[in-house]
Amino acid sequence: MRRRLTYLPLTLFALVFCLPIVFMLMSSLKPDEQIFGDLETARAFLPVGDISLDNYAKVFDTVPAGRFMLNSVIVTAGIVLLGFLVNSLAGFALARLRWRFGPLVLTLVIATLVLPFETIAVPLLFWVSKLPWLTSNGFEVGWLDTYRVQIVPFIANGFSIFLFRQHFTSIPTELDEAARIDGCNWWTIYRRVAVPLSGPVFATVGLLTALPAWNSYLWPLMTVQDEKKRTVLIGVQYFFQLDIAWGQIMAYSSMITIPVLILFFAFQRAFMTSIASTGLKG
Amino acid sequence: MVVTTRARDRATERPAHAGGRNRRRTDSRTAALMTAPAVVLLALFIAVPVVLAFSLSFTNSRLISRDPARPVGAQNFDRLLGVSILEQHKAPGAADFPPVRDYTKRGSGHPQYEEKSVLFTVDSGDERTVVLAGDPTFWKSLRNTFLFALVVVPVQGGLGLALALLVNQRLRGIRIFRTIYFMPVVTSMVVVSILWRFIYQPNGLINSMLGTLTLGSWDAVDWLGNPHTALPAIMLMSVWQGVGFHMVIWLAGLQTIPPSLYEAAAIDGADRRQMFRLVTWPCLRPTRVFVMVTITLAALGLFTQIDVMTQGGPLDATTTVVYHAVRKGFREQQIGYGAAISLVFFVLVLGVSLIQRRMLRERS
Repeated sequence: MRRRLTYLPLTLFALVFCLPIVFMLMSSLKPDEQIFGDLETARAFLPVGDISLDNYAKVFDTVPAGRFMLNSVIVTAGIVLLGFLVNSLAGFALARLRWRFGPLVLTLVIATLVLPFETIAVPLLFWVSKLPWLTSNGFEVGWLDTYRVQIVPFIANGFSIFLFRQHFTSIPTELDEAARIDGCNWWTIYRRVAVPLSGPVFATVGLLTALPAWNSYLWPLMTVQDEKKRTVLIGVQYFFQLDIAWGQIMAYSSMITIPVLILFFAFQRAFMTSIASTGLKG
Repeated sequence: MVVTTRARDRATERPAHAGGRNRRRTDSRTAALMTAPAVVLLALFIAVPVVLAFSLSFTNSRLISRDPARPVGAQNFDRLLGVSILEQHKAPGAADFPPVRDYTKRGSGHPQYEEKSVLFTVDSGDERTVVLAGDPTFWKSLRNTFLFALVVVPVQGGLGLALALLVNQRLRGIRIFRTIYFMPVVTSMVVVSILWRFIYQPNGLINSMLGTLTLGSWDAVDWLGNPHTALPAIMLMSVWQGVGFHMVIWLAGLQTIPPSLYEAAAIDGADRRQMFRLVTWPCLRPTRVFVMVTITLAALGLFTQIDVMTQGGPLDATTTVVYHAVRKGFREQQIGYGAAISLVFFVLVLGVSLIQRRMLRERS
């Protein structure tokens, strides 16, 4: 009986957390008048009435949604993949190699974690507007309105380095010794011994960097005005113009959310353990 | 690559113990090379901006400007933090206090009041105290930011723990509930803000549902348009979005507690409440520190919800420090002033997290 009773609060909370999302998905299928008409009853959460994909079709007339989506994928993949390389190498060196400056570098890397991005966003904006970049026509100044401004500042990540270091420290050193006797240098040990043993930590770091990259808002808002380089979340602004078409907004929001939700449902165990591992080490 | 081959040669030439010094030297070089990309990037995109925040905040630098930036001393900080108090006295027989504008307009002969605006006033009989600030919106942003953190940190932390206890039971289908509670976390804050903007509308979901439940006797409230409800509405939504994250962290903490402790407590005759107070709570100390610090940092950085839902309004009721920094530094292009706000914000964040860490450490 007691067990049965605990399902009551469980279900209540489940409704609180999923009904708004269900409402979004359902409203994305309905014409605007019906969205408002359904609000007063449970129909708001059900796929009933005049159901169609019209809103989704109209979204593509309002904004270059495909382009935005592609940009988001490019930026997220860039941050995650380059981050894998840069942060795992640094984490490996800090975990495995004895080096005079090792402890200092580790301290500095961890010190960057106390700094929320919001505190440096404005000076960073100034900085990237002055940075040079080498092109085929020589140097050009200013990183605004590019992919690189959305990717490069976020590749190196103190927390990722820390997670990699923690993991590489846990690999037994006998493996290095054996590899060294076989004539391997550190680069080979990194590639052949350390990385193959690190699937889960790559998954954790990947998730923990991909989610904020996909969801970033403040930074692209400030640095990218060019429609061709904008990501999907910044596209939201196009819908809050003269008269607000809520059906389209719900469709666009669903388009942003559904891929992430699918990934989440497919890899939920990885998601949960990744998040959990951040807490245990913090 | 030269280094790589040389290192390999050495390793194959001699047994590992013979070339101690050489090996250590190549090790250092390899370590420097391996950490170099990360160190350079962190220096470029974290260290340099921090230094820039300092130097820019003493200039009148603008994002796009033909004139070069000039050093202006502490002017930005004077404007940002400057507060003065004006005591007014109602003359006998006068209907009202003398207008504040007489003091604040340029050339009024009261340099301490010039170019300032009213933050708030306190009346007592014929006396009025007017508090003037160089940038009243900043002070309101500061108040809102702290208010937000003060409510969201305990509520989100506590609710997260309650949910973790709820789903940390051996029940059929419990994983489905965990998954559902976590769904808002993977939904982008921008999407969540848009969705709730609709939910909070005068003719939105909440008002309509309340109308149905009260059989039509509910007067619709413009949740985000009312200065009294706007910030609480954003708090509620933020907790809804973020609590699943901290539920998972608490849950991980709960699962590290050895079951033998509970068994021992049961043998000693502890009831459920005592078990929580004497076993669970003390064992969760490290988790508690982490949860409090992460929620606080996120709460102090409040921006996205504000930008999507209210743009700081109504009447500055939801403006925040980060929102103000972006408004000044980016939208109004006053980088120097925006940098000054960022710097003050950074000092605040650092101060709060230091105090918090110390408090949580001492209590143990």
